[in-house]
Amino acid sequence: MANGTLAATLENYLEYKSKKGIFAWILSTDHKRIGILYLVAMVTFFWVGVTLGFLMKLEMLTPGKTIVDAQTYNTFFTLHGVIMIFLFIIPGIPAVFGNFFLPIQIGARDVAFPRLNLLSWYLYIIGGLFAIISLFLQGGPIDTGWTFYVPYSIRTTTNVILPLLGAFILGFSSILTGLNFITTVHRLRAPGMTFFRMPLFVWALYATAWIQVVATPVVGITIVLVIIERLLHVGIFDPALGGDPLLFQHLFWIYSHPAVYIMILPAMGVVSEIIPTFAKRTIFGYKVIAFSSLAIALIGYFVWAHHMFTSGMSDTSRMVFSLLTFLVAVPSGVKVFNWVATLYKGSIELRAPLIYVMMFIFLFSIGGLTGLVLGSLATDIHVTDTYFVVAHFHYVMFGGTAVILFAALHYWFPKMFGKMYNEKLAIWATPLIFIGFNMLYFTMFILGYLGMPRRYWSYLPEYQTLHIISTVGSWILVAGLMLMFGNLIYSLFKGKPAEANPWGGVTLEWQVPSPPPVENFEEIPVVNHGPYDFSTINENKDGKS
Amino acid sequence: MEKEHKEHFIPYGTYILVWLSLISLTVLTVTIAGIDFGRFSLFIALLIAAVKSTFVINYFMHIKFDDLIFKVFLLVALVTLASIFILTSTDIFFR
Repeated sequence: MANGTLAATLENYLEYKSKKGIFAWILSTDHKRIGILYLVAMVTFFWVGVTLGFLMKLEMLTPGKTIVDAQTYNTFFTLHGVIMIFLFIIPGIPAVFGNFFLPIQIGARDVAFPRLNLLSWYLYIIGGLFAIISLFLQGGPIDTGWTFYVPYSIRTTTNVILPLLGAFILGFSSILTGLNFITTVHRLRAPGMTFFRMPLFVWALYATAWIQVVATPVVGITIVLVIIERLLHVGIFDPALGGDPLLFQHLFWIYSHPAVYIMILPAMGVVSEIIPTFAKRTIFGYKVIAFSSLAIALIGYFVWAHHMFTSGMSDTSRMVFSLLTFLVAVPSGVKVFNWVATLYKGSIELRAPLIYVMMFIFLFSIGGLTGLVLGSLATDIHVTDTYFVVAHFHYVMFGGTAVILFAALHYWFPKMFGKMYNEKLAIWATPLIFIGFNMLYFTMFILGYLGMPRRYWSYLPEYQTLHIISTVGSWILVAGLMLMFGNLIYSLFKGKPAEANPWGGVTLEWQVPSPPPVENFEEIPVVNHGPYDFSTINENKDGKS
Repeated sequence: MEKEHKEHFIPYGTYILVWLSLISLTVLTVTIAGIDFGRFSLFIALLIAAVKSTFVINYFMHIKFDDLIFKVFLLVALVTLASIFILTSTDIFFR
């Protein structure tokens, strides 16, 4: 694995110009460039989603109208959901960091199908454009909520078909990326890189890819059925036409619940990368963490109907799905305990990425445990469709996936761009994000428990104090996010050059220069030990000093 | 990783036999659609469809002659689908 130094002489992927101008990017089949293309598009969509969320919270500052009317509020929460879910969190970590680092971490030059990889990005952009174009057409922006529940989505006069087609196309992007990753892991591992020598990020991506391939077609066909029903009035889901609305909910959640694991599993993989690097010791329970990813992917398929406890499905079904839901807590708990055990007695270096990871463990644990409240039939009935659900979801998805996306950005930024960021600023942003986040969302747990329904434009005056705290929290959170992104963007242009291995990591991406050369490795490395073997690094250091 | 891919040639006769079987099974599906089997009609139609897809997957898609790993992949998809059917039935049949 010492060939990284030889590769330093090769041209890096940012400077290499196969074509002129923007075409060198949008026609590139280099997995690293495609990862950056996703990053740029996703961060753009993320800020659109943040702006909508910010405006929603501003509207909730007072009962009744504050800045927008009720119909506009409906479109705001729908678009916030659609953009954040389909354009930001689902592609999220796999599309950016998976594309960039999966091939490097297994010692490959690229993914198995580079052209298909670029096609996935184009499908992602086209799907996103469909959703955006629908905003400006006659009928107005979609107002169904991101779940597109029938019969409302069949009867509403707003533009439903175009954003649905957008989600359909995005689904293809997701399937193709999953297919690419599965093939890459099976076919392109370097000599000696056995399955149990793969970094845990790769394991997480592998488990995620399977969900993408097996679950996404279900939502694709469901979307087609809704479009057929809207256009041709065939009775599939609408009870007025002889359809079954619960069938839609089953089909939608058969995909959308596993999709939650598409969002969180890669984040868990990133955590398993960052913790060993900054604890300077091998991960506790490598195989158990690897298998827990597969277990989460597997059990994640069988819990979908816990989204439907109050929908009127059978009691038998409710009991079965409640039981299955509790099983998911086991592999998730395994991961959290193993991460904490890895930190125990490690030589912890408290750098920015690790601080984000610690924030994640705290927030994700709250999100996970409140999930058990929702998984129990009795308590779910009390808090269903209230702010409690909104809070739980944001603790898991924002406190979980998005915070880890930030952690990954800070961890791999030096490798991706060859620049260092201002670490003091990166660390200062974390208390702002943490305090803002908890003010914004923890109050929602209380509001929900007190009976504040989700998606309501107005509320009773007794809820106002908590709403004000929540809205002020959104301001602090946005300030923290601006500081964090501002720091990274400034560092892109003005940052100091990064070393090949600024954190002392031991996985393969730290053996190549920053930024990596076009083909990653001059010679494909031969791997002869596990991914988190710090003994060799320490021995080398001792030897040199 | 660098295993040579085993080439396996299937005689044209086999392909034609499979094709004829598929045609016959389609004719069978259409024929029994006219007979009233009550609640079993759907299961019979699905059973024939399953047999047909087994032919297609094994011969036209070469799974029969491929590595074990591809059979495992197929099994994962089938088990997932079966589980989804079984779990959905806990709602449909007990509602």
